[in-house]
Amino acid sequence: MTPGSDTDEVAARGAEESARRAVAAVWRIEAARITATLTRVVGDFALAEDLAQDALGEALATWPTKGVPRNPAAWLTAVAKRRAIDQWRRDVRHRDRLSELAFGIDQGSPTDAPWDPDTIDDDVLRLVFIACHPVLGAEAQVALTLRVVAGLTTEEIAAAFLAPVATVQQRIVRAKKRIADAGVAFETPPREELPERMRGVLATIYLLFTEGHSASHGSTWMRTDLAAEAVRLGRVLVALAPDHAEAHALLALMELTAARFPARTDAGGEPVLLEDQDRRRWDRDAIRRGRAALARAVELGGGLGNYGLQAAIAECHAVAASVATTDWARITALYDGLVELTGSPVVELNRVVALAHGEGPGAGLEALDALLGRGALAGHHLPHAVRGELLTRLGHSDEARAEFELAAAGTNNDDERRVLARKLAALPPRQRGPGTKN
Amino acid sequence: MSKFMLIMRATDEAVAAYKQVPFEEVIERMGRYNEALMKAGVMVGGDGLAEEPGLVVDFSQEQPLVTEGPYGETKELFSGFWVLEVPTIEEAAEWGKRCPLGPGAKLEIRRITDETDFPAGNEWIEKEEGWRQEQADRAAR
Repeated sequence: MTPGSDTDEVAARGAEESARRAVAAVWRIEAARITATLTRVVGDFALAEDLAQDALGEALATWPTKGVPRNPAAWLTAVAKRRAIDQWRRDVRHRDRLSELAFGIDQGSPTDAPWDPDTIDDDVLRLVFIACHPVLGAEAQVALTLRVVAGLTTEEIAAAFLAPVATVQQRIVRAKKRIADAGVAFETPPREELPERMRGVLATIYLLFTEGHSASHGSTWMRTDLAAEAVRLGRVLVALAPDHAEAHALLALMELTAARFPARTDAGGEPVLLEDQDRRRWDRDAIRRGRAALARAVELGGGLGNYGLQAAIAECHAVAASVATTDWARITALYDGLVELTGSPVVELNRVVALAHGEGPGAGLEALDALLGRGALAGHHLPHAVRGELLTRLGHSDEARAEFELAAAGTNNDDERRVLARKLAALPPRQRGPGTKN
Repeated sequence: MSKFMLIMRATDEAVAAYKQVPFEEVIERMGRYNEALMKAGVMVGGDGLAEEPGLVVDFSQEQPLVTEGPYGETKELFSGFWVLEVPTIEEAAEWGKRCPLGPGAKLEIRRITDETDFPAGNEWIEKEEGWRQEQADRAAR
């Protein structure tokens, strides 16, 4: 580069960045099908994933100068297969597979898919089951799903989780080794294992979604992107497994929850509680999609499960114009179902909140104290926050203050702490002396 | 993620060429394309526009003038659209390239604005959001 060519350099960098984004775009669309096809052909998931990444690397090296091929999926698959052949030529053990692999390596017409259209969806679903396999820990499942199913690069995954690239790389390498060591087959799980394995897949996608929208760490835009990624995966899953009611239910829950994202922070970035949210900012299209997915889950029958009940609760909020006009009786009943299903005291606490909205703070407090009386949620900060809220509404400011202070001392979450500080500040000044007490 | 609109435009040439293809085949090709968009989890909306001539309201005179087509000077008929939810405009373009259209047809790709494009707290923008909600609520019932 000669001096004075700064603008050329900037332009070149701009063109390079745009070419890189074009490769990334193709990859996001094709990664799952390419990796699934390669896994079927080479019979080894870890190898297939390596080959797919090699092909992606080659695309990144050549497309920016030579342009995107007319049939990028066929190009990528052909490159990966050639690499496999190069490796196997050196190894006599793989001679049998060579002819099979060499068959049909051409880039075809611009629209021909390099895979069998009748089996590709099943192959992608098998890939999903591998990425979410129970031999992997939750973090590995999420990273592998993002990489092989969603087509994110290691760098993108690292950015989303605020983790060093090397850490994510390591995580993926280890996950692939685990899959290989455990001899995980490229197959749809047998019928008797299917419900449990499907639950695992749904849990991975939901974890990705909650990681995206919980306020545990990370800047807002990154987390929102991660949640959007989970919604996209949820849509992919219902297309692959259209008869699975809980897959539709999970999609419904994510769409209905994500619909509220535009209203969950104010102009200054401060968190806004559901009851204070400007409902005009909710995404009505997402609500429509979520309700349609929930209706489908209901239609498929078998009763609502964990995600379905949560989605139905989210729907009650989505269709209500305000807190006051919300169908709290229905929400309380849905929570009853969830409590029965999960036995979770945190869910029971949410039920208390719904009950208090529907039947008043007195009824809520009674239910809460009954819950606490059973020793549930001991040492947890949330019941103190709820108790403080109910006491505030009953006009017992001093007791409320004590509860909010306990809650604030117990949380590690900055957003929650700010909300509690606001609630404390909104209480009337402390009453002093025995004479003022009534 | 952002939403992008793929705006389909066709010249007379493209429309004529398309008429040579059996209607069933056209439907099937488009159906496969839409199916691919659904399976990839990116399609959030879309519609086609009827072929019969529409009306144009022209504001170039003192009084708005209503005429039947033609549709401006481009002679490119806006014939339908898709709304895709994808992270980059490059991915929207990549999907656009896969659309089964022929010579004379064009897809224009534009980002759809969201709440971050407008100043917070503007009275008219808030009103509009309110109208949208009312409309959607009515539609949902």
